[in-house]
Amino acid sequence: MAKLNIVSAINQALDQEMARNNRMIILGEDVGLEGGVFRVTDGLQAKYGAQRVMDTPLAESGIVGTAIGLAAGGMLPVAEIQFEGFLHVAMDQICNQLARMRTRSRGRLGLGVVIRVPWGGGIHAPELHSDSPETMLVHTPGLTIVQPSNPSDAKGLMLSALRLGEPVIFCEPKRIYRAVRGEVSEEDYTVPIGKAHVAREGKDLTIVAWGAMMREALAAAEELQAKDVSAEVIDLRTLSPMDSETIIESVRKTGRLLITHEAPRTLGLGAEIAARVAEEALSSLRAPIERVTGFDTVMPLSQLEEHYLPDRRRILAGCEKILSF
Amino acid sequence: MYFGRFDPSKGESLQILDPQGRIVKGFEPGLPDARIRELYERLCLMRQADRAAMNLQREGRLGTYAPVYGQEACQASSAFLESSDWMVPSYRESGALFMRGVPLSSIYRYWMGDERGMSFAEGTCVFPIQIVVGAQPLHAVGLAWAMKLQAEKAAAVAYFGDGASSEGAVHEAMNFAGVFQTPTVFICQNNQFAISLPRRQQTAAATIAQRASSYGFPGLLVDGNDLLAVAAAMQEALTDAREGRGPRLIEMLTYRFGPHTTSDDPTKYRTDAELEAHKPLDPLLRLRAYLQSKKLWNDTDEARIMEKGLAEADEAIHQAEAMAPAPVTDIFAYTYRRQPPYLKRQQEDFLAFSASKSGGESHG
Ligand SMILES: Cc1ncc(C[n+]2csc(CCOP(=O)(O)OP(=O)(O)O)c2C)c(N)n1
Repeated sequence: MAKLNIVSAINQALDQEMARNNRMIILGEDVGLEGGVFRVTDGLQAKYGAQRVMDTPLAESGIVGTAIGLAAGGMLPVAEIQFEGFLHVAMDQICNQLARMRTRSRGRLGLGVVIRVPWGGGIHAPELHSDSPETMLVHTPGLTIVQPSNPSDAKGLMLSALRLGEPVIFCEPKRIYRAVRGEVSEEDYTVPIGKAHVAREGKDLTIVAWGAMMREALAAAEELQAKDVSAEVIDLRTLSPMDSETIIESVRKTGRLLITHEAPRTLGLGAEIAARVAEEALSSLRAPIERVTGFDTVMPLSQLEEHYLPDRRRILAGCEKILSF
Repeated sequence: MYFGRFDPSKGESLQILDPQGRIVKGFEPGLPDARIRELYERLCLMRQADRAAMNLQREGRLGTYAPVYGQEACQASSAFLESSDWMVPSYRESGALFMRGVPLSSIYRYWMGDERGMSFAEGTCVFPIQIVVGAQPLHAVGLAWAMKLQAEKAAAVAYFGDGASSEGAVHEAMNFAGVFQTPTVFICQNNQFAISLPRRQQTAAATIAQRASSYGFPGLLVDGNDLLAVAAAMQEALTDAREGRGPRLIEMLTYRFGPHTTSDDPTKYRTDAELEAHKPLDPLLRLRAYLQSKKLWNDTDEARIMEKGLAEADEAIHQAEAMAPAPVTDIFAYTYRRQPPYLKRQQEDFLAFSASKSGGESHG
C-alpha cells in the first residue's frame, strides 16, 4: 500500500469516482487549471477535461445554488468552497435550499451534492481562513457533515459521500492536509458515514475528537498511558448525523468524558455530545463532562492562534481535572 | 468630463498618458507638475514597501501577503480622497492604505498576524481590511448613505477586484447605490486575474464598467496603469458623488505582476511570456518617462527615491517587529463590549493554565 497524505487520498477518491461515474463533475474557484489552492483537485482537469472539472466565477452562492440544479438535473456535482469562512456566503443555498429540498419535494429531490471545504486553524492564514463553523451546518437538519482525521478515512469517507445521494459537506482539516500520512489502499473501498471510530481503546476515560484535533487527542492518550491512565479515543468522523451510540457505550465503560474541538465552546458539538451523554448515561458518569475547546471569541490572527487552538497540553489538563474529581 | 464621454460597452477607455509616457493627443495632464512628481515619488515608495513585504514573507517574518506590484497607479486613487471621505479596502490595498496615510508599520504588523495593525488613529475614515471577497462594497454604500442622510458632503469609496464583481453582494451594493443615489465610488481594479481565473472566464461581458448603466449610474473604463487617467476619473467621480450626482463605477484595467499572494504559484496558470508582455505597461515606467521628458526627473532623483523607499520600509519593519507581542488577553478583548461572565471565566482559566504551564512541563 502506498503512503499518502490527506490531499492525495482525497484526490485519489475523486479521481476513481470520476472514472467510474461520468455524471460526476467538479466545480469551484480555482479547482481546474490550478488544481485548487490546496491542490486537492490537482491533475483532474487535465485528465477529465474542462467540461467535467470547471473553474467557476467567484461566487459561492452561485456554486452551491447551481450545484442543486445540476444534481436535480442528473449530474453528481462536487463543489469546492475555498475556505470554511466563505461558506457563509452560500449559506442560504446550503441551509435553506440544499438541506430542505428533500423535504420540500416530498422525497423526490434527494440531492447528491458533495461540498468540499478546507476546515479549521493552525496554518497561520489570514482572517476567516481558520475557523470551524461546523455547528452551523450540524444545526441544519438535512445535511450530512463529515470530517476525516487521516488519509485512509479521507478516501473511504469521500467515496461514501459521493455515493450517498444526499447533500454532504466534507470538511477537510487543512492543518493536517499534508502533515498526517498513512497507508491508503488503491482499491475501491468505503468508510461508512454515520459511524464513529474507536481509534484507541481504553478504560479510564473517553476522549472524543475529530479532524485535526484527533492528532492532539491521540498524543494526549499516549502521554496518559505513561502515567498508567488508559484513555479511549473516539474519532467522530461523521459530525452529523452523529453516532452517539459509540460515545455512550464508551462512557458506560469509562465513566469519564472529555470532548475537544477547535470551534468556540458555546454550542460547539461538545455541547450536543455532553447533552446526549447526560440524557442517556448520567448514572455512568463518575466526573463532570469536560470540554476543551476554542474560546467564545473571534478566532485570532496567526500571532495568537496557538493560544486559541486547544492542544495536547490543554487536553491533558482537562483529563487531570476529571481524573482527580 | 470623462464619464459619459467614453462608453465601456464599446470598449472605449480613458488613457491620458500612453505607455511611452506621452500625453495622448487632445488631453491635458490634469494635475500640476509638482503634484505629478510628488505622486510618482509616492508610487516608488509604495513599490519598495511592497517589495519589502514580499521579502519579509520569504524570510518567514511576515504571513501571507497580497502584493500590489503592477497596480500602483490604481492604488494611488486613494490619494484623492478628502479626510472626511471613507475608504473601504479589500486585502489588496496596502498601497492605497499607504497613500491614505496609514503607517506602513501598521500594514506590516497586520500581515505579520498581529491584529493591532488594524487599530487606526481615531477619526481615520478607513474600514478594516476585508478578507471576504465582495463583502465590503455594501459597507461603502451604507457609509455613503449615512453621509447623504446627514447632508454631509463626502463620499465612500469601495475597492474590489474583477473576481469580486461576480459575487452577489457586489451586485446588491451597486443596485442599492443606484436606487438610493448614494455618494459611493466603486473602484474595480481589474488586474485580469482572480487567483488563477482570467478575467474572460469571470464574466461574459466585455467590461465590468459597463454594468453601471444597468444600475442606472455612469461607469468608466480607465487605463489603470496610467496615473493621470486614474487621477482624472477619481477626481471626477468623487466630485460627482459629493455634489449629490449619485454613485460612479470606475474599472481600472491593470495587470498583477506578482503572485496572487505569497502562497500562490502563478506559473500554474500563466506563462512568463504573458507576464513579460505586460511589463512594458508598468505604471511607474510611463510616469517616469513623462517626468523625464519634461525635465522634472532624472536618474539621480530615481536613485534617491528608491533608496528612501528602502529606508522607509526598513524603518517601518523595525517598528513593527520591535513592538512587544500582543498579550493573550487581546483574544478576549473585543468580542463584546461587556464580557459575559462565562467568557471572563474562559479567559481566567486560560491564563491560569498558561501560568501553570510556564512553571514547567507538568501536565497542566
Ligand atoms: C468570499 C470569498 N471567496 C473566496 C475567497 C478566496 N479568494 C481570496 S482572493 C480571491 C480572488 C479574488 O480576485 P479579485 O476579486 O479579482 O481580486 P484580486 O485578488 O485579483 O485583487 C479568492 C478566490 C475569499 N477570500 N472570499
